[in-house]
Amino acid sequence: MKGLVDIYATLFKTDLAVQFQYRAAMVIWLIGLVVQPVIYLVVWSTVAESQGGEVGGFTGADFAAYYIAMMVANHLTFTWVMFEFEYRVRTGAFSPLLLQPLHPIHRDIATNVAYKVMTLVVIVPVTGLLIWIFAPRFELQGWAVALSVPALVLAFFTRFLVEWSLALAAFWTTRVNALNQVYFAAMLFLAGRIAPLELMPGWVQTLANVLPFRWMLAFPVELFLGRLTVEEAVHGLCMQAVGLTLALILISLVWGRGAKRYSAVGS
Amino acid sequence: MCTFVLDCTGYRANKVRILTREENGAAMSEGLAIAVDGLSKEYVVPVREGGLAAALASLVRRRTRTVEAVREISFGVEPGEMVGFLGPNGAGKTTSLKMLSGLLHPSAGEVRVLGHVPFRREREFLRQITLVMGNRNQLVWDIPVLDSFERNRAIYRIGRGEYRETLAELTELLDLEELLSKPVRNLSLGERMKCEIGVALLHRPRILFLDEPTIGLDVTMQRRIRAFIAEYNQRYGATVLLTSHYMADVEALCRRVVVIHHGRLLFDGDLASLVQRFSPHKTIVVDLEGGGVDLSGYGEVVECEEGRVALRVPKADTARVTGLLLSELPVLDLTVEDPPIEEVIEQVFAQEEQM
Repeated sequence: MKGLVDIYATLFKTDLAVQFQYRAAMVIWLIGLVVQPVIYLVVWSTVAESQGGEVGGFTGADFAAYYIAMMVANHLTFTWVMFEFEYRVRTGAFSPLLLQPLHPIHRDIATNVAYKVMTLVVIVPVTGLLIWIFAPRFELQGWAVALSVPALVLAFFTRFLVEWSLALAAFWTTRVNALNQVYFAAMLFLAGRIAPLELMPGWVQTLANVLPFRWMLAFPVELFLGRLTVEEAVHGLCMQAVGLTLALILISLVWGRGAKRYSAVGS
Repeated sequence: MCTFVLDCTGYRANKVRILTREENGAAMSEGLAIAVDGLSKEYVVPVREGGLAAALASLVRRRTRTVEAVREISFGVEPGEMVGFLGPNGAGKTTSLKMLSGLLHPSAGEVRVLGHVPFRREREFLRQITLVMGNRNQLVWDIPVLDSFERNRAIYRIGRGEYRETLAELTELLDLEELLSKPVRNLSLGERMKCEIGVALLHRPRILFLDEPTIGLDVTMQRRIRAFIAEYNQRYGATVLLTSHYMADVEALCRRVVVIHHGRLLFDGDLASLVQRFSPHKTIVVDLEGGGVDLSGYGEVVECEEGRVALRVPKADTARVTGLLLSELPVLDLTVEDPPIEEVIEQVFAQEEQM
């Protein structure tokens, strides 16, 4: 355990240094990250205004709160492993990682966390700026805000494991982009990124509840904003625990097979 | 060409390098660092001709072909031994190294490295080996070299004391002092290779798999890397398996060579006997008083300049021709040499092609 802590600390430290080399690229990425929710926010606020102030119980200020919280949650939980893996497998860059006495997922978690910490420097003031511009209405409740922290951590790990497992598809095909597109589309609709799930048709909500998407992103946002009852919050946390367990099982199954496949075809 | 195969078999029987399955098991308990028995690797690759029609046809029916990259090779390596893997491009050298290091799963046969089955990639095994490939890397591109060393220290769980000691040693042996604080992307190819080797050896592996460690480097840098590998081998008694296109690497480092071609093992033994066995010729170099004599009657003239003539003669005729030259001509100096090793290797492969 001590060894693993040292590994994480060292990887984290050096990854921060790597991220620092890509300051400009990072800012461009972040602009993309901010622009998308801002567009949805503007569209929905306009719709709300034209319909007499609200849509399905959301006022313009509610939309602002939702999309700003969504932007932060999405930033804290997103990964780019699916793009990275294809490159690694195609170029053989994966080989040296496979011969080190450390599961490659640890590296990716450390890199991801380092990136998140690094980008907070930008995300925090941007969030402040958006709050100042769009005047969101936050009706926060202490217990809900407190529970949204573990919910966010669970969401991060579940999303990480799910996306890492999907990324392993690169072991079987070097054309993983199609798969990525399907996943991103599902994330957009079923994880509440394009619109709050409450505004979606019933069948979409059912689908979002059964599949892991809501629990990987929308749930901590809804919880933070105080839109859930205590029962719904507890149910959500349980669903997240189930999702995380299933993701762990998925990853162990896919990883073993994928690594074997990589070893069979070479690079 | 049958004689050729028989020759090899005869050689094997003498050296007992090639082991049967039972012997292999026994040998492993006798402490061989690497034991390989009947190792094979097949790849299934899609076959498609160029053009749109072929592309459409492949949608309906995918045609594949099996490529035998390595075919039933067997050998054993003692701890501390340095062995050169020779063979032309595509002979199966890298595939073999990948199987030995655990990157590739063999199609058939058995491999044991330090008693481990490599492709299981157990941590205990990975901590004791390293694979350096000329075109793959462990160094992180954007940060100073020292940070990459630091990462490997943590990943290999090397104690701080041992880390400092090994780092100091590697810095001295590879002359890394100036490079450690530079970002990897600012290093020249040779500097990068030195650092790459350094970081790969930080955990003091007992087995080194080196795939073209000097590729693309200038002569001075090649020499430096060679000297380092020899020193590391001496100091730690590490076992080294090396592939290289540069015969100089192999000549400088390895007494023993394993020659593979088309995935098959052609020869396993010391360099000198490779020359002995496969070169049907010797080169006689004579310095003549006065010069200007036509020696083509004695053998094939391969070089002729200012009284110095190099003749290629069949090995069996060497003594006779030497005698004739000495008795019939005003010889100032005469030496009998084996042909350059590159030439011998070329001959080995050429013979194999005709089989």
